Amino acid sequence: MRGSVTVGRVAAHLPLALGAAVMLLPFVWMVLTSFRPADAVFAGFGLSTFAGLANYAHALGTAPLLRFMLNGVIVCAGILAVQLLVAIPAAYALAKLSFRGRSLLFALVVAGLCIPIQVPALPLYLGLARAGLLDTYLAMMFPFFLSVFAIFLFRQFFKSFPDEIIQAARLDGAGEFEIVWRFVAPAALPAISAFSIFSVVAHWNDLYWPLIVITETRLAPPPLGMLYFRDAETGSNYGALMAGATVITAPLVLAFLVARRRFIQGVTMTGLK
Amino acid sequence: MRAAAATARLDAGLILGAGHAFAAPATLLLLLIYVVPVVALVWLSLTDYELGAVETRFLGLENFARALADPVFRRSIANTFAYVAIVLPGGVLLGLGAALLVHGRIRSRSVYEVIYFLPVTSTLIAMATVWQFLLHPRLGPVREITLALGLGEVAFLSDPALVIPTLAAIGLWQLVGFNMILFLAGLSAIPADLYEAAALDGASGGIDRFLRVTWPLLGPTTMFVTVTTSITAFKVFDTVRVLTEGGPAGASEVLLYVIWLEGFQYFRIGYAAALTLIFLAFILAFSILQAVALDRRVHY
Repeated sequence: MRGSVTVGRVAAHLPLALGAAVMLLPFVWMVLTSFRPADAVFAGFGLSTFAGLANYAHALGTAPLLRFMLNGVIVCAGILAVQLLVAIPAAYALAKLSFRGRSLLFALVVAGLCIPIQVPALPLYLGLARAGLLDTYLAMMFPFFLSVFAIFLFRQFFKSFPDEIIQAARLDGAGEFEIVWRFVAPAALPAISAFSIFSVVAHWNDLYWPLIVITETRLAPPPLGMLYFRDAETGSNYGALMAGATVITAPLVLAFLVARRRFIQGVTMTGLK
Repeated sequence: MRAAAATARLDAGLILGAGHAFAAPATLLLLLIYVVPVVALVWLSLTDYELGAVETRFLGLENFARALADPVFRRSIANTFAYVAIVLPGGVLLGLGAALLVHGRIRSRSVYEVIYFLPVTSTLIAMATVWQFLLHPRLGPVREITLALGLGEVAFLSDPALVIPTLAAIGLWQLVGFNMILFLAGLSAIPADLYEAAALDGASGGIDRFLRVTWPLLGPTTMFVTVTTSITAFKVFDTVRVLTEGGPAGASEVLLYVIWLEGFQYFRIGYAAALTLIFLAFILAFSILQAVALDRRVHY
């Protein structure tokens, strides 16, 4: 009996460990190479000479990597702020208030869920070009100001908020604005934080839209910046290239390691990444 | 009495006003981001509009006919389906397998969760560059493995027969941990007494329990994972743009990459609009299923 338990455990750990090695290999190789001098880049898994400082200095000197990160922070924060400010009241209205056009609005929200950004991208690009807004932060953020998914998710949460509390607050003289932001939204904090993680991860890593509306290096968010940096390096200096990749990847990976429960709960709750 | 009724009516009026006021920004953005662009897209797809062209003609369905006869576009459909045909079953089965194995672990569960989920949060553009290096036929460490296996130098990304499977493997690397987390949530929701009941009914051994209890009860999760994985796979773009730019010789040109080239590199807007609508047609069935599944999921 005891023997079979051990065998079972090994049988489970063996494939899991093998899979874990594949998952980790690129991260290990990336960090390892970023510490190596150029002539030792291809030498197995050892690390004989430490050239990390030179590689990172070269990477940061060749491309404005920190600027890319700042752009990423600005874009993600701007998108998330507007998404929440727009979606929370709209979701509350759909969940708890009756107004003309409510079912039409909800139908459009659900329809919007089925349409990926690549579909309206062409007309949005033409509109932004005509408005002279290409190569701006606004152009990078605008298509994502409305998250139909956020409206959808928050509406589900708000629906289960007790009507008695809302009625009591109204009798106490609270306006609808106050009810949303003081009572209803705080009660849905798990959903709001799950959505926030989803939003930041999605837009920090998005390449497609910035690639379309941004041509100036100084405005590039991290993925587009990585693309520029990669082209500039032309594959000769692997140490610096991997140092750049490490810098670009680090913020989200570190955030995940710090708040991994929240990340995983967020995925479980929303089912999206 | 009358005063109370008047107040109630006033309140109802105010609440009605609040409904409109709260929905207004979302409605406006919905019009600007979805409704108007989609209508414009349909109109553009019926024209030969090009950025900077002097005049634009109405073509009717000519763009669609041209697209369906266009060998480049047809190849991109075939390539995309080949990619999906690997990533979809691979992503679902590996995600399920990893979840089943991790679910039984008590002390090591969170370690595996973190490791498998790490690629999901990482920036794919940066990690794709690392993969390119790892898979480099002369310089990468994977070379040691292919040499040891007697395969010689394998040009993963420049061999037309290998490029789609290689990109799919990178896609799987990023996706499996995400699917595993979804399956783990599904597994945790299965009540333990169902397994006890199955055991009393004579279900013996892991496979029997899996077929009688786990697999049927995971149905909704499996359906959800299948749909989201299909959508993700259909939208493959980043790795193609960074690693192959559609090459070698078009062997990795996928739908979104061709649409991006036509629309945003060659600026043949009308034609690209038609391609976008064809792309939407492919993805719509999956998106609708996803919306239905989302509706079920977030009820709890």
